[in-house]
Amino acid sequence: MKAVTWRGVNEIGVEDVPEPTILNDHDIILEVGLSATCGSDLHLVGGYIPAMRAGDVLGHEFMGTVAEVGRGVTKHQVGDRVVVVSFTSCGQCWYCKQGLWSLCDNGNPNPGITEALWGQSIGGCYGYSHAMGGWAGSHAPYIRVPYADQGAFAIPDGVSDERALFASDAAPTGWTGAHQAEVRPGDVVAVWGAGGVGQMAARAAMLMGAERVVVIDRYDNRLQQVRTHVGAETLDYEEVDVPAELREMTGGRGPDVCIEAVGMEAHSPGPQYLYDQVKQQMRLQTDRPTAVREAIYACRKGGTVFTLGVFAGLVDKFPLGAVMNKALTLRGAQQHGHRYIPEILDRMSRDEVRTEHLATHVMPLDDGPKGYRMFKEKEDGCVRAVFRPGG
Amino acid sequence: MTTSIGNVASLAARAGGSVVRQVRSAIDPSAARPAGAGQPASGWLVVTVLREPSDVDTAQLPVPLAEFGDRIEVRVRPAAGGKGTELAARLRDRPSSGPAPSRLSGSDPQADLRSALRQAKQLIEVGEVLAVDPAPHGKRTATPGGALLEAWTRVAPKAGVR
Repeated sequence: MKAVTWRGVNEIGVEDVPEPTILNDHDIILEVGLSATCGSDLHLVGGYIPAMRAGDVLGHEFMGTVAEVGRGVTKHQVGDRVVVVSFTSCGQCWYCKQGLWSLCDNGNPNPGITEALWGQSIGGCYGYSHAMGGWAGSHAPYIRVPYADQGAFAIPDGVSDERALFASDAAPTGWTGAHQAEVRPGDVVAVWGAGGVGQMAARAAMLMGAERVVVIDRYDNRLQQVRTHVGAETLDYEEVDVPAELREMTGGRGPDVCIEAVGMEAHSPGPQYLYDQVKQQMRLQTDRPTAVREAIYACRKGGTVFTLGVFAGLVDKFPLGAVMNKALTLRGAQQHGHRYIPEILDRMSRDEVRTEHLATHVMPLDDGPKGYRMFKEKEDGCVRAVFRPGG
Repeated sequence: MTTSIGNVASLAARAGGSVVRQVRSAIDPSAARPAGAGQPASGWLVVTVLREPSDVDTAQLPVPLAEFGDRIEVRVRPAAGGKGTELAARLRDRPSSGPAPSRLSGSDPQADLRSALRQAKQLIEVGEVLAVDPAPHGKRTATPGGALLEAWTRVAPKAGVR
């Protein structure tokens, strides 16, 4: 079968790969309907997470139709239309039982890599390097889904494929940020990044009762999507002084909750961007934390900063003094999607969460290199390139 | 990939793990302790399984641990805070601390025991040991970086137990 693969740094290919087979009793084989590119893929594509091997199949945000079920699967049957959470989590360990699904003890078959990097391993993720398990990704006609009773969710009738697709990763990641940051009714919430995850974090914060939600980015079309489809306010960081605007908007206090949805390749208009870029390219730091720094300085005293964008290693010039002296709560997480997806699908069916606008460019697998180029360079207003393996 | 490249890469991967620990030790001195690969002096390796202690029978160990027979000793005790049961094992005949030649050659009983503990935890909690290979992939290009990563991936399943 054809698949979109990582061939090397900034090199995407389309090549023949074997079809997956059931290896564990709790597996299903899914016929992929739609599979999205994600901002976090760009860290892999650019070589910032050096745990990819040439030939690895990309893709971790997907939905489709069940094609085959293992003998231990009880919730799904051949023909079911499902969306699959990006993380492979067993549902049985202490972390899964606490709702901290991305921290699953059992879902990463290569725990030694992240254990060396971070002290402990976390769960696995499809198409996201050998550090996250070496799972084949979803930019292919078929994908194997382990722990399928835990990770695959039936899509309600009336929810389109294009909407349900983003219940796989963007929406539950946004929900993870807003919920784990403990957004409360009346809060002012600022979100850095107006990509799919940032938009969904903003929407989640609004549905959790935030009084005012502000999303920060520099791309007009994305900020327009925020205003139109999410209903939040926006700031263009190339046009205004973001911390000053946030202070003015909050009576001088700063936002109660600051959610960073940018990750390790952040941009900024100031000299610190050049500094971070040079240090990252010289491998003197692995990640550029520009947006995190700004969030920490902008956050109100005693507030919460949540790192929702993907970081891999070490950062420089981290304002720990501000964290300590302002009594901030600093949290982060990959998505604990298993606990949020049922609610998200329900809200999607009631039109409270709309996501199809994120899929700005839908194309066949053969256009994999083009899709990633458009997505990376934001060509033609690309917010997400989405592959339809069926053509 | 040729065998010689693979062997070199295997050694490099193990050295790479040491480099990562050295980098971490600059940040976190506790990561730089001299015991072999961060192992406790007692030799006990331990996982916590989400089961009551009465459900973890040391006389009926899961196969990966049972296969060690008399070469290991095993203990269980309740985990703090209702987190389940701590299942610990250690080799009766343990290698001395430090990077032994056997580790560099790929024969590492401690790593095998880590892997067995992790598999035992999966069998007790989930009922199956999660398999990832064969995973579909395209053409593997023989590069030093790829060989290094392949070697690291080969030893990576033998961790996950501190």
